[in-house]
Amino acid sequence: MTGSLMTDIRYLAPHTLDEAVSAYADAAGAARILAGGTDLLVQMRSGMISPGLILDIKKISELTEISETPEGGFRVGAAVSGAVLAEHPTFGKVWPGVLEALNLIGSTQIQGRASAGGNLCNGSPAGDSVPAMIAAGATVTVQGPGGRRDIPVEAVPVGPGRTNLAPGEILVSFTLPPRAPGSSDAYLRMIPRTEMDIAVVGCGVNLSMKDGVCTAARVALGAVAPTVVLVEDAAKALIGSKLDDAALEAAATACRAACHPIDDKRGTIVYRTKVAGVLLKRTAGIAADRAGRS
Amino acid sequence: MNEMTNSWIGKSTIRPDGADKVTGRAAYAADTNMPGMIWGKVLRSPHPHARIISIDTSKAEALAGVKAVVTAKDIVDFPVDTPVPLGIQDMRWMCRNVMAREKALFHGHPIAAVAATTEAIAAEACKLIEVDYEVLPWAIEIEDAIKPDAPILHDFIQFEGKPSNIAGTLEHKLGDIDAGFAKADVVIERDFNTRPIHQGYIENHACLVSVASDGRTTIWSSSQGQFMVRAMTSFLTGLPQSDIRAIPAEIGGGFGGKTIIYLEPLATILSKKSGRPVKMVMTREEVMRATGPTSGSMSTVRIGATKDGKIVAAQGVFYLQAGALPGSPIRGAAGCAFAPYDIPNVVSRGFDVVSNRSKVAAYRAPGAPIGAHAVECVLDELAEALNIDPLDLRIRNAAREGTKAAHGPVYPRIGLLETMEAAKAHPHYKAPLGKFQGRGVASGYWFNAGGESSAQVNITEDGNVVVTTGHPDVGGSRAAIANIAAELLGIDYRRVSVLIGDTATIGYSNLTGGSRVLFASAMVVTQSAEQVIGQLKARAAKLWGIEADAVVWENGEARPSGDHTGNFPTMTLAEIAAKATATGGPIGAGVQLNTTGAEGGFSTHICDVEVDVDLGIVRVIRYTSFQDVGRAIHPAYVEGQIQGGAVQGIGWALNEEYIYNAKGQVDNPSFLDYRMPVCSDMPMLDAVMIEIPNPKHPQGVRGVGEVPLVPVMAAVANAIHDAVGKRFFSLPMSPPKVLEGLDEGTLQAAE
Repeated sequence: MTGSLMTDIRYLAPHTLDEAVSAYADAAGAARILAGGTDLLVQMRSGMISPGLILDIKKISELTEISETPEGGFRVGAAVSGAVLAEHPTFGKVWPGVLEALNLIGSTQIQGRASAGGNLCNGSPAGDSVPAMIAAGATVTVQGPGGRRDIPVEAVPVGPGRTNLAPGEILVSFTLPPRAPGSSDAYLRMIPRTEMDIAVVGCGVNLSMKDGVCTAARVALGAVAPTVVLVEDAAKALIGSKLDDAALEAAATACRAACHPIDDKRGTIVYRTKVAGVLLKRTAGIAADRAGRS
Repeated sequence: MNEMTNSWIGKSTIRPDGADKVTGRAAYAADTNMPGMIWGKVLRSPHPHARIISIDTSKAEALAGVKAVVTAKDIVDFPVDTPVPLGIQDMRWMCRNVMAREKALFHGHPIAAVAATTEAIAAEACKLIEVDYEVLPWAIEIEDAIKPDAPILHDFIQFEGKPSNIAGTLEHKLGDIDAGFAKADVVIERDFNTRPIHQGYIENHACLVSVASDGRTTIWSSSQGQFMVRAMTSFLTGLPQSDIRAIPAEIGGGFGGKTIIYLEPLATILSKKSGRPVKMVMTREEVMRATGPTSGSMSTVRIGATKDGKIVAAQGVFYLQAGALPGSPIRGAAGCAFAPYDIPNVVSRGFDVVSNRSKVAAYRAPGAPIGAHAVECVLDELAEALNIDPLDLRIRNAAREGTKAAHGPVYPRIGLLETMEAAKAHPHYKAPLGKFQGRGVASGYWFNAGGESSAQVNITEDGNVVVTTGHPDVGGSRAAIANIAAELLGIDYRRVSVLIGDTATIGYSNLTGGSRVLFASAMVVTQSAEQVIGQLKARAAKLWGIEADAVVWENGEARPSGDHTGNFPTMTLAEIAAKATATGGPIGAGVQLNTTGAEGGFSTHICDVEVDVDLGIVRVIRYTSFQDVGRAIHPAYVEGQIQGGAVQGIGWALNEEYIYNAKGQVDNPSFLDYRMPVCSDMPMLDAVMIEIPNPKHPQGVRGVGEVPLVPVMAAVANAIHDAVGKRFFSLPMSPPKVLEGLDEGTLQAAE
């Protein structure tokens, strides 16, 4: 930045979660969490926000770790960048949809900074990793002055730019459940260009296949409503089917019905609604292929 | 120089600006700083149209750190009834564009400017300026601005005797249009709509201005013409040109958008008032809100042909958005639209329409792509109706040497036909296409330009060469001039250093625009180099004691000839330079000319697209441009120009547009939501350079920078039609629009 700022900004980079939670709670709303900063710095530069305290959470080990849970799932720190997650030896094999969603965000440089935690806490209905995480059935661990709690990802956003996190609560990690054999996931988004854009519609599908039949599924849509939507009717249409045209069409219909988008500079109501159905079919096809379809 | 050894002309030599740019050493406008420097910021109108009742700057002036405030009363006022043209601009409009005078005319129009010790204080001071606005009804789109009851932007503009937003007209006529259409067997008429699009240069506008206590003023800024900066700043501030030294920074893209100024006069007055150097740097949002895009347009084109494919009549009506103040490129639209064809009967009209959006600036072949979009789409439909191959229709009607164009000239030797024939013969034109893939073609024309240029060629004491010209280099002029100077002098191009002088160190040179720079500067450099060679021969003759005309210059050496052949050892440039003091002093020459003979440029493009018919997304999958480049002095740069034009046209065709909210404000002033193409959107863009040398230029140069954009949108639209059987007449052909246009019947037919 050139020139100096009118207001002073404090910067803290605590090494423990307790210190972070305490500083965050003490700041009483004047603080912002810095993980990759790919939303925060843009919002500050555009004048949308001017925080009094920036709390960098990247020095807290739990927030930057990727580990396998005893049950066979994964725990991913909230500040882990997409690029780091891509380097993990097994995560991307088990959750290719989550990984591809996170690494559709921005450019290579941005992917070296941007985290799934930031993407979720930014509260945008168009955040790419959010539908993939919801489809995955991921939960988040949050810690605040009142202690720790685990909640499903879909319970975090409540509206554009707003989350369910209580004052002083910090997102710690994502937990992805263990996988049955024959399971996989996928994420697709519609953008007019091929990269460096924001989803007009995003679709995450996570499913399990056995003997050619879909035995479990979760479907989530982004950018079609004030928050990312878990579309249970679409999942129901897929479960028990061989992902034949009729089942896919029924799931697409459910996706279109779940859309409550707005007309804005990024897309129209009509267009977004149509596209949600198209993306469901394509995403389910990719997830099924990855699952082996058998 | 009639004999070319061509050691360097036609070679893609290492570009002289390359190392500085890739290592970050290149100094752009925002990289310049001075001791004591302060920061300027602009307060901009939040309204698209409002009368300014009052401006109170007292609170801003009282803020600690604020050193100066500027409003319209500090800018020289040019009365609206007396034109003061400067190039394509008029100071009546410039003085109202750099600072709103009677009214704020667009969202982002400057209202006041502040200089303070920090950027943050300047921004804070802008918030303290109290402006009392009377918000007025506004019109942003052309169709709204030309309605009978439209809000009128300027009381002084009249059209057909009534207050109007139509600020000007232009008409080109050839033959008898009614008689022409009477002979036609097939007539196609269509309406078209294109959107304003921004040049999208990476470097935002920036300047640093220092006004010394004696009034002498130095401007460092990013522009396409330091002399334009000097003249306009002089007009708008009242300082004499001789007191202003404008130093061109390295430029981070212009595409026409930096042939105009925004910040320099404000920074100059702020500096004069404060006594401190003032730096101003726009944000991207400011660039998108308040600097010139090219015009949006509404046009109608009607073309008639006989059954055998001979075009007998053509008519075009082009309404172009000027933005808030008059001056859209109607000449480019109406003049270039039909220029590639030999058509006996033509009427081409342009209408300049003001509306409440930022004033347009030049953008790569200003206006020409708008005209070509309409004409080339109609030709495609005409070819379909006549059952003639679209390239064959163009070849049958192509302008050639001797053709009289509707906009005036009778063409000399031109290479249009060669571009069409090369396209027809190219493997691309015959390559197989898959499902929902299609191919389109289109041609285009740009005037090109000559005009004033100055050059100085000096021989250094160690026998190397410094060439100074007066044009900011946006497209490779330094590399090309190095090639030409090396060629003429017969030395390695690495011994030639090409610099861009400032307004105090090189003679007047018109701005970089119109595809004129290499054409014009090569002429003055050639003449200067010839004079230098004359001096070098004379110095050798003096040393040898023979007549100067008994010396020839070959391969970088003076050699005795005729009766003296072999009597003396040859002398190199370095050897002669070393003896310069003893033989008459420094060696060098300068030439200044108003150049003429820039002949037009033509291009023909083939575009392949694939349409995702479920999402409405169009992807360009193959693109080949065929262009008459005159002579490719530096082929890699020419190829880059051709590729760059194609990319810009593809963005214009598919996604770029300004989106306004219900308050008449630009809603997408960023590269995130103003969707210029990204690299991964593009296939490799092929360039086929056809060299038909310009007979009126010593190296055969034709301008190459602008025509690469002209045919693109039509080529894309025609390819989409070929892919899905549907014609789109309105840009951008964005996914929602394409999806809406595709119904089941259309798609079944396309399969």
